[in-house]
Amino acid sequence: MADTILSIENLSKKYQGKVALNSTNLKIKNGEFVALVGQSGGGKSTLLRLIAGLEPMTSGTISQNNQLIHGINSNTRVMFQDDRLLPWKTVRENITFKKPKNSETAEVVNQLLERVELQGFADAYPASLSGGQRQRVALARALFVNPEILLLDEPLGALDALTRSKMQKLILDLWQERKMTVILVTHDVHEATKMANRIYVVKNNKIEATFENPLAYPRTDATCTNLSTTILNKIIDQD
Amino acid sequence: MQTLEENPHNIKINLAKILTNLLHYLLPWTIPTLIIISWQLASINGLIESTILPSPWQVVQTTITSLQSGVLEQNMAISLYRALSGFVIGGSIGFLLALCTSLSQTLNLLLDSSVQMLRNIPHLALIPLVILWFGVGESSKISLVTIGVLFPIYINTYHGIRSVDSNLIEMGHSYQLNSWQLFWHIIIPGALPTILMGVRYALGVMWTTLIVSETLASSAGIGYMSTNAQSFMDMSTILMCIMIYALLGKLSDLMAKSLETSLLNWQIKGGMING
Ligand SMILES: Nc1ncnc2c1ncn2[C@@H]1O[C@H](COP(=O)(O)OP(=O)(O)OP(=O)(O)O)[C@@H](O)[C@H]1O
Ligand SMILES: [Mg+2]
Repeated sequence: MADTILSIENLSKKYQGKVALNSTNLKIKNGEFVALVGQSGGGKSTLLRLIAGLEPMTSGTISQNNQLIHGINSNTRVMFQDDRLLPWKTVRENITFKKPKNSETAEVVNQLLERVELQGFADAYPASLSGGQRQRVALARALFVNPEILLLDEPLGALDALTRSKMQKLILDLWQERKMTVILVTHDVHEATKMANRIYVVKNNKIEATFENPLAYPRTDATCTNLSTTILNKIIDQD
Repeated sequence: MQTLEENPHNIKINLAKILTNLLHYLLPWTIPTLIIISWQLASINGLIESTILPSPWQVVQTTITSLQSGVLEQNMAISLYRALSGFVIGGSIGFLLALCTSLSQTLNLLLDSSVQMLRNIPHLALIPLVILWFGVGESSKISLVTIGVLFPIYINTYHGIRSVDSNLIEMGHSYQLNSWQLFWHIIIPGALPTILMGVRYALGVMWTTLIVSETLASSAGIGYMSTNAQSFMDMSTILMCIMIYALLGKLSDLMAKSLETSLLNWQIKGGMING
């Protein structure tokens, strides 16, 4: 099991006695792109926040590269639906936040900005960017530290359809270029089947079903439809 | 080859633009200017008696004489000293108090409701008390300004800090900022727009408090000059003092505004500043 990057065992989380995540087990291999889909309130964000170390777990373990996670997991970066950029810092300052300013980091930022097609925006403040541009800055910021695992919690939820599909492609390309591991939470089953190698249906505060998705990239809407339908049925299934 | 500037059509456009800009600057001044001119004319023609309202020119002359004798500078310096000391003391106390109550739940429980209770006392109502305690010396004026300034700074700092986006704070935690870094990089900048609104408001309170307290009990300062002139029926000095207060008020407001524009320039591009 050398290439398991993330191993979650019996993970549970309660908020004031109310179960948010119930005894969950999960193994993710290095370089995989997995998606979590499922009903609202099912526990998807909770699972992601636990992996990022933003929330203490109630019981169970999370280990990344065989290291138990305690507190903030600095080998991961999270991107949320809201960009969480600091409005008083420029695009460049947001991306390099907390890192020394030198020519080396400046060069990395320039490359990243070029990659997300925002060259020329380095000195702009977030207030002057569109929602899609801000999300791309947030993506660049997340990638700046080269995280082993990129955690995405509905990152495209607030974008229009066209921007959204462009961002999906960008994220997929970056994932393949950087050979990182990505965990994507999404409401959009179709987005999950288009992007992920494996899709977990999170329901009733645990992982209810797993779907492998071996389709080759780039995937078209047509090739994904069957799997999407199956997953959707699983989500709404009343069992 | 024809450059943009050489094109006669463009020159015409530029000229029109300059004229529009000029109009933009001049237009707000037309009504005040007209009032002053007609006031001056009415005074010259004896329509307004100078014992009731001196002419603008008389006020200007009084100002020049008071400046030449140095009386005006002296009193202005005293007034400014009182205003600024009160502002700095009250502002610092208000700010520090707000830091305590907004950042610590325990101190919040301990202090906030008491501060909120005290805030409801109109500080000008304290004048008789303050005079009995401190006399008519500097400390009475400074302490009144201090009390007046303290609350707006307190309230705005408190609200500013409390309403910093919790997602940004969580973002800070995920970057493993320590408390000081969190405070300096996220909480203070996040609260700054609200804090500066408080500063601007407090500056207004500072002048009103100073005017009232100097007029009621003082042996120096602009307010004293005005009260003193009253006993000599010296109308033009009274008007001069009013003008000076107005100018100082405007000046401090401009300073606060330019502080806002320079510290909050990150908002401008989003079109959020409009004051
Ligand atoms: N900070 C919190 N305090 C209390 N309860 C919480 C908190 N965060 C989440 N919960 C609860 O935990 C459960 C799981 O929430 P979670 O946010 O993980 O769901 P989700 O699958 O991400 O839903 P959505 O698709 O709507 O984002 C919900 O019942 C929610 O109310
Ligand atoms: Mg969620």
